[in-house]
Amino acid sequence: MAQAQATRETFRERIAKRTQHGDGIFWGLTLSFALLVIVLVFAIVWVTWSDSQLARERFGWAFFTSGEWNPVETPVNPVSFGAMPAIVGTLVSSAIALILAAPVAIGIGIFLAELCPPVLRTPLSFMVELLAAIPSVIYGVWGVMVFAPFFTQNVAMPISQTIGQVVPWLGGDRVSSGRGLLIAGIILSIMILPTIAAITRDVLTLVPNSQREVLLALGATKWEVIWLAVVPYARAGIIGAVMLGLGRALGETMAATMLVGNRPQVPETLFEPATTAASLVASELVNAQTLIHESALVLIALALFAITLLLNLSARLLIWYMNRGPVGRTRA
Amino acid sequence: MSLKSSVSPNYARRKAVDLIMRGLVLIATGLAIVPLVLIIGYVMIIGGSALNWEFFTDIYQPPMTVSMPNTGPIDPNDPFANLDLGALVGSEPATGQAGAGDEKGADILEAPPRGGVLHGIVGTMLITTVALLIAMPIGIMAGIFLSEFPDNSVATTVRFACDVLSGAPSIIVGVTAYILIVNAKGPDGQPLGFTGIAGSIALTFLMVPTITRTTEEVLKLVPEATREAALAMGATTWYSTFTVVVPTALSGIVTGIMLAFARGAGETAPLIMTVLGSNVLMTNLLEPMAALPLITYRYTESPFPSENTLAWGSAFVLMMLVLLVNILVRIATRNRLRMR
Amino acid sequence: MTTPPAPTKSTIHIRDLKPYYGKRLAVRPVNMTIEPNKITAIIGPSGCGKSTVLRCINRMHETILGARVEGQVLLNGENIYAPDVDPMLVRRKIGMVFQQPIALRTRSIFENVAIGLRLAGINDKRVLAERVEASLRAAVLWDEVKDKLNQPGTALSGGQQQRLSIARTIAVSPEVILFDEPCSALDPIATMKIEDLLLELRKQYTIVIVTHNMQQAARISDNTAVFMVDTDDGVPTGVLVECNPTSKVFTQPDDPRTEDYISGRVG
Repeated sequence: MAQAQATRETFRERIAKRTQHGDGIFWGLTLSFALLVIVLVFAIVWVTWSDSQLARERFGWAFFTSGEWNPVETPVNPVSFGAMPAIVGTLVSSAIALILAAPVAIGIGIFLAELCPPVLRTPLSFMVELLAAIPSVIYGVWGVMVFAPFFTQNVAMPISQTIGQVVPWLGGDRVSSGRGLLIAGIILSIMILPTIAAITRDVLTLVPNSQREVLLALGATKWEVIWLAVVPYARAGIIGAVMLGLGRALGETMAATMLVGNRPQVPETLFEPATTAASLVASELVNAQTLIHESALVLIALALFAITLLLNLSARLLIWYMNRGPVGRTRA
Repeated sequence: MSLKSSVSPNYARRKAVDLIMRGLVLIATGLAIVPLVLIIGYVMIIGGSALNWEFFTDIYQPPMTVSMPNTGPIDPNDPFANLDLGALVGSEPATGQAGAGDEKGADILEAPPRGGVLHGIVGTMLITTVALLIAMPIGIMAGIFLSEFPDNSVATTVRFACDVLSGAPSIIVGVTAYILIVNAKGPDGQPLGFTGIAGSIALTFLMVPTITRTTEEVLKLVPEATREAALAMGATTWYSTFTVVVPTALSGIVTGIMLAFARGAGETAPLIMTVLGSNVLMTNLLEPMAALPLITYRYTESPFPSENTLAWGSAFVLMMLVLLVNILVRIATRNRLRMR
Repeated sequence: MTTPPAPTKSTIHIRDLKPYYGKRLAVRPVNMTIEPNKITAIIGPSGCGKSTVLRCINRMHETILGARVEGQVLLNGENIYAPDVDPMLVRRKIGMVFQQPIALRTRSIFENVAIGLRLAGINDKRVLAERVEASLRAAVLWDEVKDKLNQPGTALSGGQQQRLSIARTIAVSPEVILFDEPCSALDPIATMKIEDLLLELRKQYTIVIVTHNMQQAARISDNTAVFMVDTDDGVPTGVLVECNPTSKVFTQPDDPRTEDYISGRVG
């Protein structure tokens, strides 16, 4: 306790003590660089806020419920901006990614933390961390060149010709394009897999051994120990891991841009080109000819920023909450 | 009352559940390894086979030669096609060098791979290094601030800001840099346009949180006794920090910088909006530049196999860079500290 | 299943037990007998391997990475280390209470006790309620928690959590209960309550308790095993010095090392 109190000196006291040595400049210098980090965040917030002002004033909240995205006047379509295609595409592709990746990734986390032979634990864990660090454009290359042709030929086509005749969202006549929400979602799931697995493993290894021993001493099987003691204890942390994975899927740009097809319409099936928020911004912003087009794209970016921020912070909060230790600490 | 037979009626079921669930977990792990091994395998084999002397020493050569000397390929689905890269970065380099005659009239889709990505390697190195040079002082000094003055509202806000920056999708950073720099009006009233330095600044946003938090973490690992020893000898705080504390933690700080470099080198989305890309060797940071991730992205979308080969090769180089840095970091920090 | 089981008469014989950590022998071969319905105390200085030996008695030792066991532990004549024995069944018969009071997080007080029964396939609400109440009563915790059975187990005090752990252990009706320094994290009043409880439990179960507190061993145990650290060959290794009725160990020990330890000259 004494230790904790010693570090709980007030800011002012601490500074006063340090500056006694004539360290004011040192403090000021590091402080100014630290403030610069905050400035970076402000730059993002300010730019996305002020540059989306035009779109916010023009469209209001209806922007997020309107289904048409026609940045360029054509004989058939008037110019209109609605975020629905981006929202639907982002949510559907991320949901696919999460549904595919979360159970498998949690399984990997459990395997690495609880069941893996000790010899394999370090190399396998390292491999998972490495995979999380591989640039997303590489997943995109593989997706475009290898997976998309294979998947379209051997999975998408047969499905659309059979089940797709009955279930509309698995059919469509654009299957052969090899782009769509399902294929993007699958590649996203491969990308977020290592992220979720690595964090799940980390939070599981933080579970105190005593919780395992209680169950073992009652004659539980290995799986019962995992399922009844370890996983419940780490539940908040595992949810946090999945949320971080979701945040990555929502904001992922390159793999989505390369595989979703960049067609800004609400798709009718999982097998036709669509778009996501990130890929819409990436593919159109630098080409935007009108101010309102640019502003609408920045507004989408702002919404994406806000949502991923919220997800990331609540995920961190959950993981922190779990690491804090037993809820009502042992009181002797 | 035996230890070998069941004492509870559900013994067999529990044993079965245990076996099945452990099996499922094992299968999940195996299942996940398949695509990941496939991706790495493809990049290694196809990308690795794309490497040769020319790949590292030559720049982009269009897949067509004298028969169609005009420009690079135009992909109708490519939103960047109308930008006309050739016009943007100046005239195409001389084409139709050795071997051009043999290819005359050959089907362009069967043209052998040629050219290299020297321009991309140079561009990535320049852009990422400059980004690092900007991010390093900010990150290291902010990290020192966090570790030496840890309990105050500024420090809490800085940590929060790092979480925000490292969690933000990189496209957001790209948008910010695009509007703040590329789209900003220069002194002549014209937009500043796509430049290498704009890419560096965008990458800075992504590198700063990594460097800041790593620096803070490793500085906190320096024992308080080390600081006190320096202070007891009459050193001032800044003197002890820079002559004793920072050098003690130097390898850890370098680790953070290397990780930041690896992350920055692979980022693609921010570069699309800032440096644009180029098919020629550019070393001027005030012009659009080439970069490996951009080459990987653009040439993947190309219908020409020879350009696809360059994309695979670039992907290979990027992946090797990331793997190498992470393995080096792993070796450097083994058994000493855990970092993420 | 609903009535508390009749007192068990389980005897444990330990034969040439050699616990290892990796290649290192932790304790020289142990031979001792644990008598039914008595409290056997294991005492000795830190690092003498007393907890290790205790954990060998219900095959918990081998759950530590790299740990293994040679020799035999006979429960009523049956070797629990025989190749065809399932450790999970051994642990059901030989329960264990740990040094740190442990309430399973995310589980209520009720579920903390019921979990062992649920493992055994008992899911009938009425049966569970009866067994949990009986166990909590036996652990002298019922009156303190009967109105808050749905609150988290971690909300209890350390002493209460330790009695909760005991209730959880006796809920599954083991024959033997091992206690690994159950009072070392508790204050004197909580310790007293646990000691009274142990004396009560002795009527029904065979009890082994590891303690670093010699007074505690003297107060409650019937037999005492004394372990010491032997550094003769350079490597500190535990060794069983003697195992005798407690009154004899504390008044006229067989081994001079016991006397040294008890009188405070070593350890």
